[in-house]
Amino acid sequence: MFNKDRWNEILEVMSSNVVRTIATAFGVGWGIFILIILLAAGKGLENGIRQDFNGVATNTMFMWTETTSMAYAGLPEGRTFNFKLSDVELLRQNIPELRIISPRNSIRLEEGDNVVRGTETGRYRVFGDYPEIIEQNPMYVAHGRFFNHNDIKEKRKVVVIGNRIRDELYEEDEEVLGTYLKISGINFMVVGTYKEKTSNGGGENSERQIFMPFTTFSQAFNRADNVGWMAITAKDGSSISNLTEKIVNTVKQSRKVHPKDERAIGFFDLYEQFNRVQSLFGALRFVAYFVGILVLISGIIGVSNIMLIVIKERTKEIGIRRALGENPWSIRLQILMESVFLTIMSGMIGIIFGALSIYGINILLDSVGPVDMFLNPSVSLGVVVSALLILVVSGLLAGFLPANSAIKVRPIEALRTE
Amino acid sequence: MIEIKNLHKSYKMGKNSLHVLKGINFSVEEGELVAIMGSSGSGKSTLLNILGMLDELDEGTYTLDGVPIKNLNETKAAQYRNKFLGFIFQSFNLINYKSAAENVALPLYYQRVGRKERQEKALKYLEQVGLKQWATHLPSELSGGQKQRVAIARAMAAEPKVLLADEPTGALDSKTSYEVMDLIQKINDQGNTILVVTHEEDIAHMCKRIVHLKDGVIVEDKKVEQVRAEQYV
Repeated sequence: MFNKDRWNEILEVMSSNVVRTIATAFGVGWGIFILIILLAAGKGLENGIRQDFNGVATNTMFMWTETTSMAYAGLPEGRTFNFKLSDVELLRQNIPELRIISPRNSIRLEEGDNVVRGTETGRYRVFGDYPEIIEQNPMYVAHGRFFNHNDIKEKRKVVVIGNRIRDELYEEDEEVLGTYLKISGINFMVVGTYKEKTSNGGGENSERQIFMPFTTFSQAFNRADNVGWMAITAKDGSSISNLTEKIVNTVKQSRKVHPKDERAIGFFDLYEQFNRVQSLFGALRFVAYFVGILVLISGIIGVSNIMLIVIKERTKEIGIRRALGENPWSIRLQILMESVFLTIMSGMIGIIFGALSIYGINILLDSVGPVDMFLNPSVSLGVVVSALLILVVSGLLAGFLPANSAIKVRPIEALRTE
Repeated sequence: MIEIKNLHKSYKMGKNSLHVLKGINFSVEEGELVAIMGSSGSGKSTLLNILGMLDELDEGTYTLDGVPIKNLNETKAAQYRNKFLGFIFQSFNLINYKSAAENVALPLYYQRVGRKERQEKALKYLEQVGLKQWATHLPSELSGGQKQRVAIARAMAAEPKVLLADEPTGALDSKTSYEVMDLIQKINDQGNTILVVTHEEDIAHMCKRIVHLKDGVIVEDKKVEQVRAEQYV
């Protein structure tokens, strides 16, 4: 196979009809190009969407209270209620598969600005949270620190603010840490700023929030032991989707909500959502391979066709070779190698052009800034390797028929064709 | 060298069967130069094809250099052809994208002779046919006579037991024909066994023995006084 003469021969044959070789190669190259581009586009979409989930514990559900729709245990329907801190403890004890339970309270946004700093004012959402929330939210501390359990324990009046708030309330070169904000009439010290992890436009409003320790919030805004909202993450290995029912039923019981009341407690299962997206990626990849391979097949048929014509043209030559004593297997091998070589070469060109296009798209994306749900389209080495594998197999397939027809011609008949 | 007994061959043409060779008995000694003559349809090309293992016999036996040639698969036939036989064709049958030297080296390549040795041998045989300086030329750059001389060099390169020439002068004018025959005679002088199929009387008389075929049987088999081609060149 690694015979110099054989390769010389292959190159001679290829270069004896350059236009035809290029036209044939184009079919296969185009097929691989489409395959690569489709896979890269799928990957770009996947990267874009994954970015939204980036750094978030995806095995998470969120739960909040609404109004009851059924009367139960002497309590009327249409009742508003809150979770209690004891519910958090109850969940921790009853459901050991849970890793993090973050209770949260927030101020309902009303008309007018609720945050004041000197002459600047703004209207922002304010949350009382536990430090673990940073694992469940797609954010990271850009400056300073997040609040910790000491802040919780001592009910320190500290806040972490979003980057947009910093832009709106502060001068560009002003130091933020250690400054005070007046939130609903109470002063809090800023200890950090956070940034959003996602690439999409959601950052606008999610960087306009203020986080403070849960206990501080409860005390400052008179929430007693009420809890408005919870983010619950299951341990790795157990799925939150399977625990959702148990969680909801537990709090229904402790909050005296009718077991069949579907409206009293709202929740959102992030994991289920995430899985749905995951299977979407799988489907996308499947479609890319499916379409790419179909296009490739038409290219392969082209190669096979041309090889058959080449064999017809070279019938006499093959006859001469066999009269001179060439082994039929050697002829078969020659045809197969020509076919594989042609497909691989054209496939490589397709891959190269595909890679260049992806490179170009990336440069374009970089220059126009982040695009919603599309990020860094790329193909992995694995994809390239499998594309090459597909090429080798398809080259063999394309050469198989012609190779067989080549050795089926008996030398005497081949020599007779003038 | 060649031993043929009771050779029959027929071709099926649709429903009819055409009996081409009807019991040929024929032998060739080492070093002979035999002309096989006959009008078209006499079966001379069929005989040559069977001798050349390009076609199979229906009945009878064929022994080449003591080896029975029978029921060969293509791989074996190719191997025997390469080892025993050298072909010279009417239409030269050079591979047109290969240079003269590469064409000559081809049978050696199938014998898995090393690259360097192949080139040396090819040049040696090209020199013998007087075309050493044309070694790098493509067949399209050579005249008819030159092409046939390259083909002869190619046939000899594998050092076969027997050279089979099918109308070697059929496509050449008489002057080049004699040049080619002169070459064939000289090769024969070195002790090589050569069979020449021809329908030209003058060419046949340049051989040492003439076998006449007619309607599939040998009608005449005689030794002749060889006419040297040299005098016409």
